[in-house]
Amino acid sequence: MTLPRKAGLGFKPEHFPAITETKPDLGFFEIHAENYMGAGGMPHAMLERLRADYALSVHGVGLSIGGPDPLDRDHLARLKLLCDRYDPESFSEHLAWASHGGVWMHDLLPLPYTAETLSLICDHVDEVQEHLGRRMLLENPATYVLFDDSDIPETEFLTEISQRTGCGLLLDVNNVFVSCVNHRQDPRAYLEAFPLNRVGEIHLAGHEEEELPSGPLLIDSHGREVAEPVWALYAEIVSKTGPLPSLIEWDNDVPDFATLMAEAKRASMILSGDHHALTS
Amino acid sequence: MRSHRDFARGFRESLAGGPAPQNATAQDPAEIERRFDVYRNNVAHGLTQALARHFPAIERLLGADCFRGLARAYIAEHPPRTPVLTEWGGAFPAYLADEPSLQSLSYLPDVARIEWARSRAYHAADSEPIAPERLQETATRAGTDLCLDLHPSVQVLQLLTPAGSIWASQQPGGPAPPRAKEWRPETLLIARRGISHVITSVVRSSTGRFVSALRAGDTVARARDRAGADFDLNAALLLLVENALIVGAGIETGDES
Repeated sequence: MTLPRKAGLGFKPEHFPAITETKPDLGFFEIHAENYMGAGGMPHAMLERLRADYALSVHGVGLSIGGPDPLDRDHLARLKLLCDRYDPESFSEHLAWASHGGVWMHDLLPLPYTAETLSLICDHVDEVQEHLGRRMLLENPATYVLFDDSDIPETEFLTEISQRTGCGLLLDVNNVFVSCVNHRQDPRAYLEAFPLNRVGEIHLAGHEEEELPSGPLLIDSHGREVAEPVWALYAEIVSKTGPLPSLIEWDNDVPDFATLMAEAKRASMILSGDHHALTS
Repeated sequence: MRSHRDFARGFRESLAGGPAPQNATAQDPAEIERRFDVYRNNVAHGLTQALARHFPAIERLLGADCFRGLARAYIAEHPPRTPVLTEWGGAFPAYLADEPSLQSLSYLPDVARIEWARSRAYHAADSEPIAPERLQETATRAGTDLCLDLHPSVQVLQLLTPAGSIWASQQPGGPAPPRAKEWRPETLLIARRGISHVITSVVRSSTGRFVSALRAGDTVARARDRAGADFDLNAALLLLVENALIVGAGIETGDES
């Protein structure tokens, strides 16, 4: 069971009426797992309805796979409950950490890439896959600082995790662009080194830009349209891999549903090889 | 070599206001603090927004700047111990009550209690109301031993301030806030009717005591005794039935001496 190789959207409750009325032609919807861990009420009622009509991607933000602590057993159990109830086509999490000593920071925090963290993350991914009884996807992060004790390049780190654990990868093209611009690296070189054959889903989102003395600092804000250079990278990826499930993420300053659909249509055009999508 | 655990501990200290982690680096090292600020801002902004989603009336009453300041202090003192943000913030009403600068706003913690209870009700488990004929049939057989199961979302707040009226005044198109001569304690029934509609009703305090007693497992007869003076059983039952809050009925068995 995999996600359709089409464009999908992050589900926002305020769009529920528009979705149920118009039944838009989309490959899937994605939800943040932690927003659906209440006992009942409207969140689950909407999700059940959505799930009946569309393929579903459950995207976690709270497992803290890259953290030093053991995975939270209660949280794993709740994730399993959610996955068993809605049987999503995909479950994904992040190459990041979010909790330490029982406190959750609720952000996707960066980590050094070392033999120690590699082995730790592989153990965590194994544990998640075993517990959920399904293969997961791991997403590349957007980062703002590097660490001087990192001695494994991020692409190699992700390749190694994927090979050791069998997990797939979620390639966030905006994160690639944001991180590479921030660290004055070439996003095309990053993608050249990225194991595209392990990619099970693509994320596309908008970012904000600040100016530092040395140049731009891009911030992965999920609050606007996907930027042109990110669309261009996306088209290059798709021309190599063929169509992949491709999500538009827009989590802050959420616009009306038509605006999100316009972004999804642009992704659909690129997926179908229509290069006019790049000049609109 | 520093372990990953040491790294995470240090990183948290950096988020809480310390300098950026020792091993953080950038092409231009002079920019490390500016870059690390993105993480500091993301964490503070994300958690402040999560708190504002639970407590929108508090944010309106205090103003965005004041709310943000209180939220940051609350985050430092009561950081989330859960990955589920809809479950974080339950200590905020008590935090407001203890905050020295807010002592003149006695209603504020009560309004926060209402908003937290509404959040709980919104996410409470689903439960179908009992069919009227089954309720009637059980009531007839049970006599004074009738017990009622209430919807999991049902909560009663006995407040010393008119916080229910103040909360209502902060809603879009809400009534004017109560005037000084209307200042009195209020009892609230907060629950969810069906899937999505959270009710926030000011009720008689006797009705509140009655519902609390039912919640605690008392029979209808005993709950009526606990309700005290000024109690209208029919009105209280009607309130529960009309809002689909009675989800089961039974007959108490065994010795209850």
